[in-house]
Amino acid sequence: MLLILLLVIPLVTGLASFAFRKTPAVKTWALIGALATLVVAALSFCGIKESIPEANYNWLPSLGANFSLQGSVMALLMTLLTAIVFPLVFIAQWNKDIEQPSRFYGLMLLAQSGLMGVFLANDLLLFYFFWELALIPVYFLAGQWGGKDRIKTSFKFFVYTFLGSLLMLAGLIYLYIQTPNGSFDYNTILATGASLPIASQGTLFILFFIAFGIKMPIFPLHSWQASAYEQTLTPVTIVLSALMVKMGLFGVMKWLYPVFPHVDEQFYNIIMILALIGILYGSLLAIVQTDIKRLVAYSSLAHVGLMIMGIFAQTENATNGVITQMFNHGITITGLWLVVDMIERRYQTRDLASLGGLAGAAPKMTIALVVITFSSIALPLTNGFVGEFLLFLGIFESTNPNHITFMVLAGLGIILGAIYMLNMVQKVAYGEQKSLVIADMSLNEKISIYIILIVIVVLGVYPNLLLQVL
Amino acid sequence: MKPLIATAVFAILMMFAALTVKEKKSLTNFAAILMLGLIGLNIWELADYNHLLANAQAAPDLFAKMLRVDNYALWFNVLMTACSFLYILLTGRSIEKVGVHVGEYYSLHFFILCGVFLLSTYNNLLILFLGIEILSIPQYILAGSDKRNLKSSEAALKYFLMGAFSTGILLMGIVLLYGAMGTFDIHGFNFYATGTLSVMGIVGVMFMLVALGFKVSAAPMHFWTPDVYDGSPTPFTAFMATIVKVSVFFAFMRLFMEGFANIDPYWKVLLLGVITGLTLLIGNITAVYQQSVKRMLAYSSIAQAGFMMFVVIGSNAMAMKGMIVYAVAYTIATLGIFGVLLKLKDYTYDGFNGLAKKHPFLALVATICLMSLAGIPLTAGFFAKWFVIAAALEQAYTFWLVVFALVMAAVSLFYYFKVIMAMYFKQGDPELVSEITTLDKVVMTVIICAIIVFGIAPDMLLSWI
Repeated sequence: MLLILLLVIPLVTGLASFAFRKTPAVKTWALIGALATLVVAALSFCGIKESIPEANYNWLPSLGANFSLQGSVMALLMTLLTAIVFPLVFIAQWNKDIEQPSRFYGLMLLAQSGLMGVFLANDLLLFYFFWELALIPVYFLAGQWGGKDRIKTSFKFFVYTFLGSLLMLAGLIYLYIQTPNGSFDYNTILATGASLPIASQGTLFILFFIAFGIKMPIFPLHSWQASAYEQTLTPVTIVLSALMVKMGLFGVMKWLYPVFPHVDEQFYNIIMILALIGILYGSLLAIVQTDIKRLVAYSSLAHVGLMIMGIFAQTENATNGVITQMFNHGITITGLWLVVDMIERRYQTRDLASLGGLAGAAPKMTIALVVITFSSIALPLTNGFVGEFLLFLGIFESTNPNHITFMVLAGLGIILGAIYMLNMVQKVAYGEQKSLVIADMSLNEKISIYIILIVIVVLGVYPNLLLQVL
Repeated sequence: MKPLIATAVFAILMMFAALTVKEKKSLTNFAAILMLGLIGLNIWELADYNHLLANAQAAPDLFAKMLRVDNYALWFNVLMTACSFLYILLTGRSIEKVGVHVGEYYSLHFFILCGVFLLSTYNNLLILFLGIEILSIPQYILAGSDKRNLKSSEAALKYFLMGAFSTGILLMGIVLLYGAMGTFDIHGFNFYATGTLSVMGIVGVMFMLVALGFKVSAAPMHFWTPDVYDGSPTPFTAFMATIVKVSVFFAFMRLFMEGFANIDPYWKVLLLGVITGLTLLIGNITAVYQQSVKRMLAYSSIAQAGFMMFVVIGSNAMAMKGMIVYAVAYTIATLGIFGVLLKLKDYTYDGFNGLAKKHPFLALVATICLMSLAGIPLTAGFFAKWFVIAAALEQAYTFWLVVFALVMAAVSLFYYFKVIMAMYFKQGDPELVSEITTLDKVVMTVIICAIIVFGIAPDMLLSWI
């Protein structure tokens, strides 16, 4: 029941948002909806220790597709993240004027509903449905609001991801035809996938992986990312980078890796290498960026690379690390984007060369920036450390013959990360104060940033809160 | 039987009405009422047939087994008639503006439907030929009905010459098949009658393939399509691109599935694969470069034909389902987008700029229809693609063709979403040719609701077969 509510609340509130005419009303309505979702998500997450919630309804019996949802630990953690991020974004953006707010909030909530569905679906066709449905509102959000190149960049993003989805669709239908009675049920899919010839598994693995790899994104498929992040409005950027990226990782963890278990080990190696390239290449690109949004975008490429390596390290620690880090990265990057947005709004620029002196003018914001940066570069006592530590440990323990090389090279990513992030902090916070009228955080900004800081520190000091449920 | 006779009678009634009734509007209303009656007759026929089935009685022989009815064909007729009804409601006002002979236009539509019914129930190559001709000749006239427009005349002449040529090939194919096997009955073909494979029969099959490929505008027999669709008056283009096209596909599938199944290695993957691949490639790539939305829709209909070719390749139970779902999904989505197009003055992409601000309803209808054509989940178009792909994948050696088709579906975003981008993300002041009436709103709402409902539960379309 709770699982259904997780889908229905954002869907209904989202659709209703389109009907509002007045800006404050729609903001309040969207916030209420998002908070209600958060309550439900928290409740269902708290119940995880007793049992795994499931919901099953008939949908298309003749095709063997059911409306079945399952809240595994990873799924509920991701829904919790989704439920946390949206209200935080709405609160932080409270003072910002957005054109056509009813459309904006409606689409945001529809995107939330789609994301929830992706994480909860336990039926391959249903999963595919939500996978696409999450994309459509985000495409409209990215195309309608944002920088002046937004139409082009959002379309690029859309075509990329849609192409990936279609390749997955080919694989999906092929897999469906191989099932004994034509079924999309998760367990049937698992059994069928494992029983296919190795060569077919390899082909299907590649098709599915391209779909997920574009969303994450992994190295050669990432070219939509930086421009899309740069051109979109901050709330949309957050949906893209904190949540949609996780769709790709989640897809690999639930629908790819267990479904095709017997593919050539060489595939895993290639993916590890691509992810490694992503880490180093993303970090190096981040170092030379002068636009903060692009800098954070490339840093995201590096972080995701490490998580991909964790998935294919195939050890328990690494898997736990990926799940933890998926959650923590979502929280951290949300905070980072929010602070970047505050800075941009105050300085009216994102160019690092024209920023400076934030520490003097807005000390609280600077503290927030520094703590979030620390979390991003995985300093101990922040939540970022826990996940990355487990990931490195897991990669080190891996049976892959190159595991030490992989770990060491991936470790370079942390050092490079410190370079670009601290360099960014230094340029933004210190130096000559470029503008005299920099206001510190307003109340609504404080609320959402402080919540993020609390999560960062609490999960950093006492990670067992998360680890005990894994 | 009843609907078949009724179409012919209704067509003649329409002609007489055209003589006596001067008011154009009443002619439209009359046509709509007749169409509604035709839906009723079709449902009656279907119910009758089911009654026979329920009492374990055989359906009567029609015209010495030249026609054969079954649930599947009758249900297809019901759906196509229902789509025609929507079509008349949606385009009636525009048909009145095409020229002075409004009654005749409607009459020709009924004749086309007569052809549609023949094509869905034929059991004999002669009836196939008759059906194709009854379907085509009124189209030649409709294409040229805007007499003052040079492009319309060009379309009619081109269509007529090319169509007559392809009919010749069709006839040649039928003759060769008859020569090889001595029968016109599509279930009576025995390609191995002399012990070895009959070469004449195979050549006949190839001729049929070319001729029917021409009628459904499969590449490389597609060259007439863009000019004819672009030149014909827009409402008639909508009819040609939807109901007519899918009906010929229906006949195409039945002929190859039922008649030529036992020699399928000769035509299935290799030949149809090449034709399908080419159709998808040419349709999609060329559509990207169009400036006018109407012309883009012509190329998009070629691209969609590429997907529908999968039902012929599949020729299995899944393909039969796919045929129905694709036919309806494609027809209603295309009708919807044509309905929007008819309201606009400017058919170029720029004509759509800023439509979402000025006429949000039209923009919403166009968006949902285009998404359905692109095959995005939650629209009927998704399941249409799903079924035909599943049908194709049940055959061996089609996997990479399907992957190619899906890559081409991603290409289709470039032209479908160009319209959506123009409507939602660009500024402009689109002008309408006429008011959006309540009737328009109702019909368009029915269309988008149908698209979404069939996008969630495609079973509803298949409950009768």
